Amino acid sequence: MESLLTDVAIGFFALVTVVSAIFVTFSPRILYSAFALLFTFIGVAALYIIMSADFLAATQVIIYVGGILILIIFGVLLTARITNLDIFEQTQQRYIALLPVGAIAVGLFMLVLYTPWLNNPAPIKPTTAVIGKELIGTYVIAFEAASILLVAALIGAVRLGRERSDENAE
Amino acid sequence: MLNNVTFFLCISCGLFVLGLLAVMTRKNAVSILMGIELILNSAGLNFVTFSHFSTGNFHGHLVALFIILLAAAEAAVALAIFLGLYRQRGTVFVDNASDLKQ
Amino acid sequence: MITQAIIVWLLPLFSFAVVLLNSKRLPRQGDFLSLATIFIGLFISMKLFGQMMMQPAGYQENLSFGWIPIGAHSIQIGVHFDILTSIMLLVVTIVSSLVHLFSTKYMEGDPKYGRFFAYLSLFSFSMLGLVLADSLLGLYIFWELVGLSSYLLIGFWHEKPGPAYASKKAFITNRVGDFGMLLGILLIFAILGDLNLQLIFTAVADGKIPMGMLTIIGLLLFCGAVGKSAQFPLHVWLPDAMEGPTPVSALIHAATMVAAGVYLVGRIFPIITPDAGLVIAMVGGFTAFFAATIAIAQYDIKKVLAYSTISQLGYMIMGLGVGAYTAGLFHLVTHAMFKACLFLASGSVIHAMHYALHHSGSHADPQDMRNMGGMRKAMPITYLTMLLATLAISGVPFTSGFLSKDAILGATLAYAIENGGISWVLVFFGFITAAMTAFYMFRIIYKTFFGTFHGGADAEHHLHESPKPMTYPLIALATLSVFFWFTAPKFNPFSTNGWFSSQVVTPARAYAGIMHPGGTFYFHPEVTAKANEVAAEQKKQESERTEHFAHMLAMILSLCVAGFGIWLSWTTYLKHKVDTDAWKQRLGIVYEGMLHKWWMDELYDKTVIAGSLLFSKLMAWIDANFVDGIVNGSAWFFRNLSFGTGKFDNRVIDGAVNGLAWVVGRSGDRVRTIQTGNIQRYLWVTGCVVGTILIVVIASTLL
Repeated sequence: MESLLTDVAIGFFALVTVVSAIFVTFSPRILYSAFALLFTFIGVAALYIIMSADFLAATQVIIYVGGILILIIFGVLLTARITNLDIFEQTQQRYIALLPVGAIAVGLFMLVLYTPWLNNPAPIKPTTAVIGKELIGTYVIAFEAASILLVAALIGAVRLGRERSDENAE
Repeated sequence: MLNNVTFFLCISCGLFVLGLLAVMTRKNAVSILMGIELILNSAGLNFVTFSHFSTGNFHGHLVALFIILLAAAEAAVALAIFLGLYRQRGTVFVDNASDLKQ
Repeated sequence: MITQAIIVWLLPLFSFAVVLLNSKRLPRQGDFLSLATIFIGLFISMKLFGQMMMQPAGYQENLSFGWIPIGAHSIQIGVHFDILTSIMLLVVTIVSSLVHLFSTKYMEGDPKYGRFFAYLSLFSFSMLGLVLADSLLGLYIFWELVGLSSYLLIGFWHEKPGPAYASKKAFITNRVGDFGMLLGILLIFAILGDLNLQLIFTAVADGKIPMGMLTIIGLLLFCGAVGKSAQFPLHVWLPDAMEGPTPVSALIHAATMVAAGVYLVGRIFPIITPDAGLVIAMVGGFTAFFAATIAIAQYDIKKVLAYSTISQLGYMIMGLGVGAYTAGLFHLVTHAMFKACLFLASGSVIHAMHYALHHSGSHADPQDMRNMGGMRKAMPITYLTMLLATLAISGVPFTSGFLSKDAILGATLAYAIENGGISWVLVFFGFITAAMTAFYMFRIIYKTFFGTFHGGADAEHHLHESPKPMTYPLIALATLSVFFWFTAPKFNPFSTNGWFSSQVVTPARAYAGIMHPGGTFYFHPEVTAKANEVAAEQKKQESERTEHFAHMLAMILSLCVAGFGIWLSWTTYLKHKVDTDAWKQRLGIVYEGMLHKWWMDELYDKTVIAGSLLFSKLMAWIDANFVDGIVNGSAWFFRNLSFGTGKFDNRVIDGAVNGLAWVVGRSGDRVRTIQTGNIQRYLWVTGCVVGTILIVVIASTLL
């Protein structure tokens, strides 16, 4: 029973993720693909939960959906002509791109399917406390570096996004 | 039955391929950014999969965390660039950004 | 002593060099330098001669050094000094110095006066070198040098066509003879490896050269003498050489250079086989006879003397050929004196005639005897000296010429008695020629100095004796033509047993045939012993009786013959009792032959010269058509080849280069389109590559 539930859950969320991703890739309307991206993120978060990464799933939703996606939508809206919201977009050379992508896909799938992976699932347990301890303990340098990176990105973004009028002189 | 490494890896590969396709194919810069986000997500999923099924420790989770972090930073900067691009050219279609052309 | 001889030899060389280069700057154009060197040479030669007379017979000195290194040893060259050398030195210096003196007046006023003396010095140097040489190599070198000097001196007035042609003729005819001589020298060198005369004699005595080869060598070397001493058939240059100034004729073509051939035969005497000797004697005898016939009919005084020289040279050669070494060389010395005197006297006569004719406005030939006559009143000294020299050449007793000619005739008679057969021809030649000689020489005397002058009355007034520098040599030479210089210390005018005979001894034959007493020093000791045996045997046959008998007979005969000749000449030309024109008619073609030198020059013209010219024309034709054709053809070929390659270079190569550039350009244009600037395109490329690698790696790992 339990495994059946697991399988259904896994199957459902996998489907959501992949179908949304397909939407993201192929939809001509940008806003549609942006929302599809939303569902992709949520699907991935669900899959994280199934794999016992609870903290990660929460982080995923908060940051990706609540931050990055908002940013993307802002971007879309700010860089489009305001007149029409259904912003169309033609993809170019879609079929040619299938060549490399197809090749890579074939390669990857072969790799994935033919390798004898080590498959022993770990028990489901909460991870938040452990991750928190690790971050402050063993990986503190990475943590701090990441925060510096964020500051730099912040400053950079602000700098780049400023109105140009008073910077043209430079 | 589906709860094994291979299935999750397949999902991850699928996300990756779709993301790559989006990057290669889309004209709008923001759409390309979305493709990049897909790729990053696939990578994160990969890490977590291995962490759960193969190693049993949380190191994969940590890496995925950092990936999320970096994705955020990068998205911010990218969008700032796109805004600048929009201001300069009046458009964000990448086929107009061919200054590297010989 | 030999060093003094070398000084005598080298002084004229120094004079030649200095005078030739500085004649314009020196006072009197440098003739005094020439005179000084040759007179110093004369005094030294006289001193050397005196010293040689004190030495025993057969004394000699040698000085040589290795000159051309060939392999292990080197070819030696050097100086040889014996009694013969000393005598020749004296002869050459006497005649040369007197000719130098004579020329100071004779050549006065000539624009190239200084150069004349330079050439005289050159000749003196060459001739002295020739007589001093100790090897055939040295002899040959100076042989050629003497020929060169002769060429320069004959063609001294080369601006005139006559002398220019004559000098060429002399040189080329000489060259023909020299070729034979060179072959002989090369044969000796090939067989023996050295050319030193003493070495050759020793080698022949050792039997290194077989008799047949020796005969050939002897005859080949004789060829050189034929050329240089103007024997038949290479005598043709000597009459033409009279185009040169008379002092030149006196020095070179009477006394010294022409004597070089005789000297050569004398030097190689030890290797002349009996067969070669007969041939040599025949050539000499015939030449003597032949030339005398021509001399009878000539009108130019110098031409008569020229043919007379040829004739007397023939005597000398004949004498050497029959084995009369002493007699032949004796005649050489006496002939040098009186012939030089005759030539200088004729020069004096011509000088006077020239002056006289010039001043009377006549253009008659000053050398033609038909224009002369009765000049003895105007030129007594010339007349007397010339008369004395003529007596000498005719073989009249109390002269030196009598002794030498008599010696030759006696030896020839003895030879004919011993050998018989064909050698009696030589006797015939000898005596008949003596008669002819007397006849034509006195003809000169009578036509020139007696009778009436045929050059015009006003010219006769201008005739006068020549100046002292011209007459002194005449007197000196005439004096030397008297007997007692040669019969000393005795005073018998009929005896040939003077110092000359005792000093100049016939050398023994190197191949141990005939041996005469006193010539042992040329030999190898073993051969000497054998030669002594043969000589002892020969002594029985060749008894003194025969020789003495032949000698007396010859003397009587020669007196008769000379007397006949003189009487005939006196009758014809002085008393005019004989009608010369009638005789000319009577003799007909014979007379024509005598007058026209028996058409020898014409014969040579038609055959040798025409042949050579034809050959050279043929060569020129081949060169112009064939060779030039080849050259032009190859030029044409190469020009077209280069034209073609140029085109090829232009089209093909440049085309290739340009094409390559075009291809690169176009492909660059195409390839450049890859750089679209479109990042997605770059990503696409990268993706392709990655995909490929991925598939390949995975497939290979899996499969």
